[in-house]
Amino acid sequence: MSMSKQPLLEIRNLHVSVDGTPILRGIDLLIHRGEVHAIMGPNGSGKSTLCYVLAGREGYTVTKGQVLYEGRNLLEMSPEERAHAGLFLAFQYPVEIPGVGNMYFLRTALNAIRKHRGLEPIDAMDFLQLVREKAKLVGIDERLLKRSVNEGFSGGEKKRNEVLQMAILEPTLAILDETDSGLDIDALRIVADGVNALRNEQHAVLAITHYQRLLEYLVPDYVHVLVGGQIVRSGGPELAAELERRGYADLEPQATATLQ
Amino acid sequence: MPTSTAKIEELVSREYQHGFYTPIEEETLPPGLNEDIVRLISAKKNEPAWLTEWRLKAYRHWLTMKEPTWQNVRYQPIDYNAIHYYSAPKMKSRPKSLDEVDPELLRTYEKLGIPLREQELLAGVAVDAVFDSVSVATTFKEKLAEHGVIFCSFSEAVQNYPDLVRQYLGTVVPYNDNFFAALNSAVFSDGSFCYVPKGVRCPMELSTYFRINAAKTGQFERTLIIADEGAYVSYLEGCTAPMRDENQLHAAVVELVALEGAEIKYSTVQNWYPGDKEGRGGIYNFVTKRGICLGRGSKISWTQIETGSAITWKYPSVILRGDDSVGEFYSVALTNHYQQADTGTKMIHLGRNTRSTILSKAISAGHGQNSYRGLVKVMRGAEHARNYTQCDSLLIGDRCGAHTFPYMEVRNSTAIVEHEATTSKISEEQLFYCQSRGILLEDAVSMIVSGFCRQVFQELPMEFAVEAHKLMGVSLEGAIG
Ligand SMILES: Nc1ncnc2c1ncn2[C@@H]1O[C@H](COP(=O)(O)OP(=O)(O)OP(=O)(O)O)[C@@H](O)[C@H]1O
Ligand SMILES: [Mg+2]
Repeated sequence: MSMSKQPLLEIRNLHVSVDGTPILRGIDLLIHRGEVHAIMGPNGSGKSTLCYVLAGREGYTVTKGQVLYEGRNLLEMSPEERAHAGLFLAFQYPVEIPGVGNMYFLRTALNAIRKHRGLEPIDAMDFLQLVREKAKLVGIDERLLKRSVNEGFSGGEKKRNEVLQMAILEPTLAILDETDSGLDIDALRIVADGVNALRNEQHAVLAITHYQRLLEYLVPDYVHVLVGGQIVRSGGPELAAELERRGYADLEPQATATLQ
Repeated sequence: MPTSTAKIEELVSREYQHGFYTPIEEETLPPGLNEDIVRLISAKKNEPAWLTEWRLKAYRHWLTMKEPTWQNVRYQPIDYNAIHYYSAPKMKSRPKSLDEVDPELLRTYEKLGIPLREQELLAGVAVDAVFDSVSVATTFKEKLAEHGVIFCSFSEAVQNYPDLVRQYLGTVVPYNDNFFAALNSAVFSDGSFCYVPKGVRCPMELSTYFRINAAKTGQFERTLIIADEGAYVSYLEGCTAPMRDENQLHAAVVELVALEGAEIKYSTVQNWYPGDKEGRGGIYNFVTKRGICLGRGSKISWTQIETGSAITWKYPSVILRGDDSVGEFYSVALTNHYQQADTGTKMIHLGRNTRSTILSKAISAGHGQNSYRGLVKVMRGAEHARNYTQCDSLLIGDRCGAHTFPYMEVRNSTAIVEHEATTSKISEEQLFYCQSRGILLEDAVSMIVSGFCRQVFQELPMEFAVEAHKLMGVSLEGAIG
């Protein structure tokens, strides 16, 4: 990796508390454009917390450290601004919004982001075509597009819907919080395809997962292990296979997190 | 989520858009109420003796009545002797065409977004414009007359169609029905009248736009709509008033009559001045609206979007007398600041196989208090009657309140009556989800509120759906995605 290139995301000694309880305890992470990072770790280790902090959710207090996105202080930006700047979080538990049409939601989101990029709102016909094409790609039934956002969707359908949003919004940094959990094998491949479609010099991906299975389709450049709010190990794709065999048992939180 | 709560509350507290006053010379009767005033109003309108007598009967009965106190609202006692019961723009005689209408009045309606010149009007909507106590113009009359549809001010109907008025006036809401209906019966000044003959589908939407302008004046309008056998009519009602520090009383009565196979769709977008942020001023909207499905297979449908008024007290109801008749009530009530609403419906099932649907969406913000109050009554003869009621409340912030008072009286064992109620807070999770997709917080709030109201907005005619969405700070697409 060339050190002269500005990282897309730079997390330095990040400490985060929720309701006064420290959850993240000194995270360091560098992500460059073109890279795919995976984070693995036991339940409750702070993976979703990290995702929420990056996306700007309220209630997560940064007590120490900093996060730079394209060199800007990410923590000062509102959630909308982060989205406009190309950050996207696929939720571990996507939210239902009764009465709001899925298509309308997608179009509003896309237009908000286009506006930020100085583009006109997308033409209704073009949008329809775009959605149809992407829906086919991620294997979403068109009937789901006509329903309210995530309302009554099955677990897997909700996850696919997140991938659809990602495919349409084309984020610069896509963060996937266990998007593979609860998916069948076909869907898994679709998630991987969705991510791989973003795999080029412009984009980067941070995928949270519990399963090596996903990482077989989506070969990450780096794998990090998060335990007790700290990255306790980092390595290449082979680390995932090792974790699958040995579990997290002998990995203890420590002060030094290794980075490449 | 303290910061976003504050932001959301700020977002829903928009300034009132229609608070201006039209400086126009009006003829106003002295304040206070007695038999002479009642007679004077009747005389001004050149009414037949039977109507004067009917008014007096109502007035005398009103004197024996007490203002209701059962509703879940609070206000200072009203001094009925401080109110002007009649105020009308000075006109030599009722204008025959728009050219004779005071241009100041036309400008007022234009400013409100209701141009009265037919070529400028929304095609397909006929408007009766009521300014304080009188109707100042009714559009598209000739076109409607070609289809035999009568649409005019109530005063005109009394002069030109006295038999129809006499046959139906007070048959749905009797003069002694309740305190405010009795008061209205005594002093009502104008309103709209509509008759759709047998088998006619009214070719356009009919609408009345009520404007209160004069100070210290009550508005007491009376509307009567009759759909003869197999007829259909869709009627819209809108209302606004200037911003004033004192409260003003609006006590209207609406009566609907649907004969065999007829259908009446009545929609309201109520945006009376709600008072200021501290709860000063605003309209007391104490209204009696009721329809009767007289004939077999008839249908009456009420849709209301209630966003204005300091206090709203109204229960648009349906008496389901004809077998197989249908009653519907769709409501969105929004209370913000110190607004209070106690609203709902009554569905009275008399006929066999009668069906009713009630869908109420209440949104409370600021210190707003919102109560749903509904009665479903199934009488002994109403075999296989069915009712479905759903009441949903959405709270924005934690100083507002939502209350539900459902009453059920079922006297027939074959009837099926269902009731569902939910209360939810606008969720931080939903807002964050929208924001994380790049949607601005204010658009996210609109979107979620609009989604919450979607089923009711869908019942509105297109022109009003646009208006309703704007009122709620919501774009139309939000609900129809
Ligand atoms: N409001 C709160 N107060 C205290 N602790 C909290 C609060 N919210 C979350 N936590 C704790 O923070 C820890 C990290 O949660 P997080 O959701 O980030 O874990 P995760 O790594 O995503 O787990 P999983 O693999 O199950 O999704 C958990 O122990 C959780 O219980
Ligand atoms: Mg998690």
